[in-house]
Amino acid sequence: MEDKPLVDWAWIGDHLDDVVVRLFQHLQLTAIPVALGFVISLGLAIWAIRRPIVYGPTTAITGLLYTIPSIAAFAFLRPIFGLSLLTAIIPLTTYTLLILFRSNVSGFQSVPADVLEAAEGMGYTRRERLRRVELPLAIPLMITGIRLASVTTVGLATVAAILGDSFGGLGQFITEGLQTFFPTKIYLGAVLSVALAFSLDILFVRIELWATPWARARAEQTA
Amino acid sequence: MDVFGFFLDPANWQGPDGIPVRLVEHLALSLAAVLAATAVGLPIGLFIGHTGRFANLAINTSNIGRAVPSFALMVALLPIALDLAPVLGYPPALGLSFLPIFLAMTLLAIPPILVNAYAGLRSVDRDLLEAGRGQGLRERQILRDLELPLASNIIVGGFRTATLQVIATATIGAILSGGGLGRYIIDGVSRNQPDRLFAGAVLVTTLALVVDGLLALAQRRLTPRALRGPAVGRGGSLPAGGEAAA
Repeated sequence: MEDKPLVDWAWIGDHLDDVVVRLFQHLQLTAIPVALGFVISLGLAIWAIRRPIVYGPTTAITGLLYTIPSIAAFAFLRPIFGLSLLTAIIPLTTYTLLILFRSNVSGFQSVPADVLEAAEGMGYTRRERLRRVELPLAIPLMITGIRLASVTTVGLATVAAILGDSFGGLGQFITEGLQTFFPTKIYLGAVLSVALAFSLDILFVRIELWATPWARARAEQTA
Repeated sequence: MDVFGFFLDPANWQGPDGIPVRLVEHLALSLAAVLAATAVGLPIGLFIGHTGRFANLAINTSNIGRAVPSFALMVALLPIALDLAPVLGYPPALGLSFLPIFLAMTLLAIPPILVNAYAGLRSVDRDLLEAGRGQGLRERQILRDLELPLASNIIVGGFRTATLQVIATATIGAILSGGGLGRYIIDGVSRNQPDRLFAGAVLVTTLALVVDGLLALAQRRLTPRALRGPAVGRGGSLPAGGEAAA
């Protein structure tokens, strides 16, 4: 690499279609686990709100799963599922559970008790109350959780590329750049994954504002 | 696949690629990175937390720390480390393995330590500090006798997060021909030996769980008795905590 510049812009220009494919794969590696994790943790959170005894064990188990280093989790599953997408998706999903479970529970807990009583007084059944009162009011904190989970998953998904070349995603650029000692690919993968993480962060901050018109109104009032 | 075979084979317990040597490498590298990150992150976090100045710095650090993937950071540091190695008087081989791994581990361990030190101090009741000042305590005494003990749970939580991050990153470091238990995983992939791969995963996971368990005990021990709640989490409150998986 003595005479070559650190970043070969012409190479990037010639491989833009590759960049788009990898970026799309990476989004997929992020969106599927976060969506699955959200559904699972929403169920767990509703259960924990109804039966508080569930909260402790659930945080303990999701915390335990979170403690497993990502590369080890992929390594556990590779001999079982080979290089199928499951090897990447399963650990990435379990990593979101700790964050999403906690944020979903705090979302439900943020609903004031008198609002719940008012809903009960108006004759809402438990299911109606959940759907029309608790869920909408829990959304801001839930979106915060989704935002944190997405950003974390973008980073973890790059690691999956170490275990094999069929998961795709931006980590692939990094491992290929390392194998062929081509810094352009390394930086491309690294910079794009950080950029993707920040973009998702900003996107979800926007969604949070959009989903909470009352908070926006309050902010405008005080401004 | 014969995982037990890997652990029962005496050859895997001796020599430079034996489990004891790899374990010591992993622990030594992790300890060095946590110490280096503490030297940088703890004073800054305590300063920001105590004075309340530059609070945005703490929050932004945690956000950036969460967004930068450990694998990407380590590999991106590689060319810089190669240039840096001769300047520091290291042989080039270290610039290729030890230096980028160590730098990445340290950089990633700073945010949780810094942010939790900040969040911990901020969590202390302001009235209490005013009372301390009213009794004539100096700022240094307020930090040492009031803020640090009351914030110890959250501060140690930052070390827990940082240590886990560092253990995970050291594993990935094997891809840059670093030592440690990650060697078994990387070599298992490249030599197509599922036993080695799986055994590496078992070893790394066990290490992470044992170290985290010990740190959880330490966290409980260091928390003043009156403040010990039933469940002690790793990070601070959700949006402020510097937690990041690796």
